[in-house]
Amino acid sequence: MTRLGLERISCFRGGRLLFEDLSLTLLPGEGMLVTGANGVGKSSLLRIAAGLLAPSSGRVVREGAVALSTEAAALDEDRDLFAALDFWARLDGRDEGAVALALAAIGLAPLAEVPVRLLSTGQRRRATLARVIASGAGIWLLDEPASGLDADALGALSAAMAGHLAAGGVILAASHQPLGIKMRELAL
Amino acid sequence: MSVFLALVRRDLGRAFAHGGAWLPVIFYLLVATLFPFAIGPDAALLAKVGSGALWTAALLAALLPVERLVRPDIAAGVFDQLAIRGQSDEGVAAAKLAAHWLSFGPTLMVASLPAAALLNLDGQAVRRLEIGLLLGTPGLAALGVAVAALTASLRGAGALIGLVMLPLAVPLLIFGASPGGGALKLLAATSLLFVAGAPFVAGAALRAGRN
Repeated sequence: MTRLGLERISCFRGGRLLFEDLSLTLLPGEGMLVTGANGVGKSSLLRIAAGLLAPSSGRVVREGAVALSTEAAALDEDRDLFAALDFWARLDGRDEGAVALALAAIGLAPLAEVPVRLLSTGQRRRATLARVIASGAGIWLLDEPASGLDADALGALSAAMAGHLAAGGVILAASHQPLGIKMRELAL
Repeated sequence: MSVFLALVRRDLGRAFAHGGAWLPVIFYLLVATLFPFAIGPDAALLAKVGSGALWTAALLAALLPVERLVRPDIAAGVFDQLAIRGQSDEGVAAAKLAAHWLSFGPTLMVASLPAAALLNLDGQAVRRLEIGLLLGTPGLAALGVAVAALTASLRGAGALIGLVMLPLAVPLLIFGASPGGGALKLLAATSLLFVAGAPFVAGAALRAGRN
């Protein structure tokens, strides 16, 4: 069963207390949108949830695989989009079909043969979302998933998120923009 | 294990696709060409200093790829993506080490044949040099990966890489360039120590860099 739980975590970074005593539990089919001003600790919260950053105190419980989308695309610039995504899909134990489906879901299918370095900012963001979709992971951690997306891509993102929740997945997203899907909100 | 192989394949592909993997070899051959110009056409003298000169050239050539070993992957978030997939930073660093060695060790050994001819090394000296490079270049690759990870978060790390790495490589240079079987054993021991330790140093540096 997919589950993400943060138990009384605090984050102290760069001599500043970003948040403390924060608890949340996301059960299958539950999503949460983290909002708040720049620098308030949204990205740190996501990195703590991903296990990349140790919380200053508290505990993170993850049941299920994690997929993370951030500004850093982690796609090889000189490979074409499909091959760059396929590298991660293979590590996740997924086949080429999963990559093709993810590209189609986020509207990138026509760009599958284009080298990653030629992609625009919005296309890059969509590519990181395609990686998340293709991963098959139960827990999605999305840091500003809508930044740079046009209306069509935003619709595709909303649909993908709704599909993931309906399939029993868990989403923790940090965003300034509405994501077009109804989720609990957490204001930091 | 398959993740390890996938990472090695990716890094190797990137090294040769960028053309970056050829830089150390070209540099090595250039230095081997410069030496006879600087020292003069004294064949006996060239043969005497030749293997030492080639070892120094190999050491400097090994510095060239270090800056792009780790830093671009940190910036692109590759290490983070591997970490959330449960890959240990040490394992990832070990894969980097293997790929780095494969991208410059064997090519350097092949380039040593024309380089040795330029410096008038005889057959025995060439064999000695090749065995030495086979044993020593993994140690150089290990140092490269560890230093790359340690300096990845610093601005202008390019110059610092040489300052950090060259003193550590002195034992490899000494044992690699001195004649005799005992020196080769010590070279192998030093190289093994570096290869065994580097993934842990690099892994710890990568983890520390996340905070």
